[in-house]
Amino acid sequence: MAKTLTCNFCSQPATVHLTKIVANKVHNVDLCEDCAQAKGVTNPGGFSLGDLLLEASLKGEASSGGGGVRCEQCGFTQADFKKHGRFGCPACYDTFAALLEPMLDGMHKGTRHAGKVPRAALERKSLYDRLTKLELDLTDAIKSERYEEAARFRDEINQVKQAFTPKDSA
Amino acid sequence: MTISSLIDTPSELTDSASSKTAIVLMTRIRLARNLAGRPFPGWAKPAQRAEVLQLCREALVEATAMKRSVNVAVHELSDLEKQILVERHLISRELSGSDAGSGVVINRDQTVSVMINEEDHLRIQVLRSGLQLKKAWNAINDLDSALEQRLDYAFSPTLGYLTACPTNLGTGLRASAMMHLPALVIGGQMEKVVRAVNQLGMVVRGLFGEGSDASGSIFQISNQTTLGEAEDEIIKRLQSVLQSIVEHELNARERLLEADPGKVFDKIGRAYGILQNGHVLSSGEAMNLLSLVRLGVDLGAFPDGHRQVIDRLFIEAQPGHLQHAQQGPLEAGQRDLLRAERLRSEFANLTRPNFTYPAPGKSVDGKN
Ligand SMILES: [Zn+2]
Ligand SMILES: [Zn+2]
Repeated sequence: MAKTLTCNFCSQPATVHLTKIVANKVHNVDLCEDCAQAKGVTNPGGFSLGDLLLEASLKGEASSGGGGVRCEQCGFTQADFKKHGRFGCPACYDTFAALLEPMLDGMHKGTRHAGKVPRAALERKSLYDRLTKLELDLTDAIKSERYEEAARFRDEINQVKQAFTPKDSA
Repeated sequence: MTISSLIDTPSELTDSASSKTAIVLMTRIRLARNLAGRPFPGWAKPAQRAEVLQLCREALVEATAMKRSVNVAVHELSDLEKQILVERHLISRELSGSDAGSGVVINRDQTVSVMINEEDHLRIQVLRSGLQLKKAWNAINDLDSALEQRLDYAFSPTLGYLTACPTNLGTGLRASAMMHLPALVIGGQMEKVVRAVNQLGMVVRGLFGEGSDASGSIFQISNQTTLGEAEDEIIKRLQSVLQSIVEHELNARERLLEADPGKVFDKIGRAYGILQNGHVLSSGEAMNLLSLVRLGVDLGAFPDGHRQVIDRLFIEAQPGHLQHAQQGPLEAGQRDLLRAERLRSEFANLTRPNFTYPAPGKSVDGKN
């Protein structure tokens, strides 16, 4: 965002400047007289700086042209988030991490997950990742005629595949 | 099993033997889950929604908890069937209005329902009558773990289960209790309770989810935040808030009876009279009258067994259930006549109230 002192919500000169520190990062909002009044900033306790920061950052992104960040997985944009209040896909949480951070702060008890972990699903994923890597290694080894290594990769692949066989749910 | 046979099967909510509890009518826990690498339902294309529906259904039929269940796509349901499921808290209004590619799987005793492609890919819900947070959590945790054997959940080590809306992030857990709080309503203390509960990070709503309509003095209390706390901590916090609301309600009842027992008994007695003799009853009025009779049961004016009847009628007096019993659509005016008729016949067999005025200086036990 440009560092000229114009209002974050319209383009009038800003006369009201707000600062909030979240996780050691300084967030600024600059407003003109009219917008400060409209957002209830002049009314102590009557507004939430967190909401204002979110709104200002969404506004800034939308008006900065080019549509802002776009999720590579699902094509979701920041403007879409502003419109729906929901994300497009799980990968959006990476794409819009910077946007999300100040929001979570006021929304939840904490900002880090402290609960259940889907162990079976995560194990499956790490097995899958390992399998993918081993298969690449195997192809490489065969290409460069390292047959002893290739045999070892093949054994490991078989072991990983066995671990994959789904257990019946209890 | 078909949806119409499910509707006629005894359910946890309408036929529960554990309907003995004063104040807490039922407990619910839901978990929001999504599949990795797939767009959330609201952003997915029809083909992507159909794929998710298929995958989730396959995983669900393998789960032991869902043996003998109904498995339907939402577009296969009639409007009336959807309304009945909403009235039984088995699907949300949002799901009932959703596009093709949404579904629901409900087990036979209607304690478990799983909505597919609502706001999230999966909304798993376990429901128990009375106050049974621990049991509900154990049941839903087991089902969730079984599903995870077959489904790749979208999960981040730092943010937890990833949900369409950031307000459900982390545990994806919403635990709630439906509470009957007539004395706090009569005593005008509900607003104070709502404010106090909000400060403890819990939300209070009227009977059917959103809106503030408090018909029947029934409120739903649930946790507001899902991230930064483990599931059992959320549940423990809710449990203690619920217990303190129960105490406040019991104290409010005691105070009402001390201050003016005649006024309280008059309300209950009139409610009984109208339910037994009325001819036009809107669903809101019926709820409020039933609520007063339930209070009468809690105060010992009616036998304990009546509570189960009232709890069933809370559900059966709803528009969808009435039309199902009548086997056809009804206009609002006709419904009010029919509702009164149903209630008259139910109340014809319910014993008259027997009020005992408290001896001066003696305290009244609302728990019986
Ligand atoms: Zn301005
Ligand atoms: Zn995305």
